[in-house]
Amino acid sequence: MDVVSQLQRQFVEHATSLYREGYLDDQFTQLLKLQDESNPDFVVEVVSLFFEDTEKLLNNLTTALQQESIDYKQVDAHVHQFKGSSSSIGAQRVKNVCVVFRNYCDEKNLDGCLVCLEQAKNEYLLVRNKLEALFNVSL
Amino acid sequence: MDSSTKVGMKEEEERPHVLVVDDSLVDRKIMERLFTNSACKVTTAENGQKALELLGQGEDKHNNINHQGLKINLVVTDYCMPGMTGYDLLKKVKESCDIKEIPVIIVSSENVPTRIEKCLKEGAQEFILKPLKQSDVKKLRCQMQFTQPMKGRLCMGR
Repeated sequence: MDVVSQLQRQFVEHATSLYREGYLDDQFTQLLKLQDESNPDFVVEVVSLFFEDTEKLLNNLTTALQQESIDYKQVDAHVHQFKGSSSSIGAQRVKNVCVVFRNYCDEKNLDGCLVCLEQAKNEYLLVRNKLEALFNVSL
Repeated sequence: MDSSTKVGMKEEEERPHVLVVDDSLVDRKIMERLFTNSACKVTTAENGQKALELLGQGEDKHNNINHQGLKINLVVTDYCMPGMTGYDLLKKVKESCDIKEIPVIIVSSENVPTRIEKCLKEGAQEFILKPLKQSDVKKLRCQMQFTQPMKGRLCMGR
């Protein structure tokens, strides 16, 4: 098997396990379909934007939840954005945490929010590691 | 000029021009790709104000030499945006004499029936749930009626 096919097969195997374990959903497949010879770096570019966006959002969320008097509407706005971007790239587990997170915002439940923030950070780091590994395999 | 070049030029002129409005950079990038893949020309804007400026409806429209704005055939806007929402933008488009004919699609990650109704009532052509798929865009592409200026040129032959 030549190098290219070998790499392609590794990519597919690796990606499949990410779907199976729920890290990625069909939306990620949609992004892969948008990549072609004229846009060979599309997925890497979108995923990189997602990482940058997320770092900012997580910082904003951490700050917002440290305030004396918490503005839950603002917290919810950040989580909504996070839910949107993670949904757009197919980061399913991150998105699911955001759904729970928003419920706690509605309830103005600080403990719940803090737990979700931690979970969101963890899930983000997990999917980030896995996506970085995935693209290293395909290069 | 061979025939393939002629076809290329014709296609360039006939590509509908879509204005994508979304505060999320990730979503702007994805939608741009989706529409470009469906043979559309795409311009993006990060908020309603910028969108209106591109449409020639900015606050300084009377001073703006290019007050006609871009020739946009379709506006696709996110609903939830800080400041001017997609709904507010829709209203402004539909209230304007110059651009009210441009179809406006609202996209949203939230399936809220009252929200959908409100937008459709205000004249949105369609309300689509995010994240958008290629199949959604293909459908839109087929539905798109667009008026392109003739630019005084006729395409003879094929």
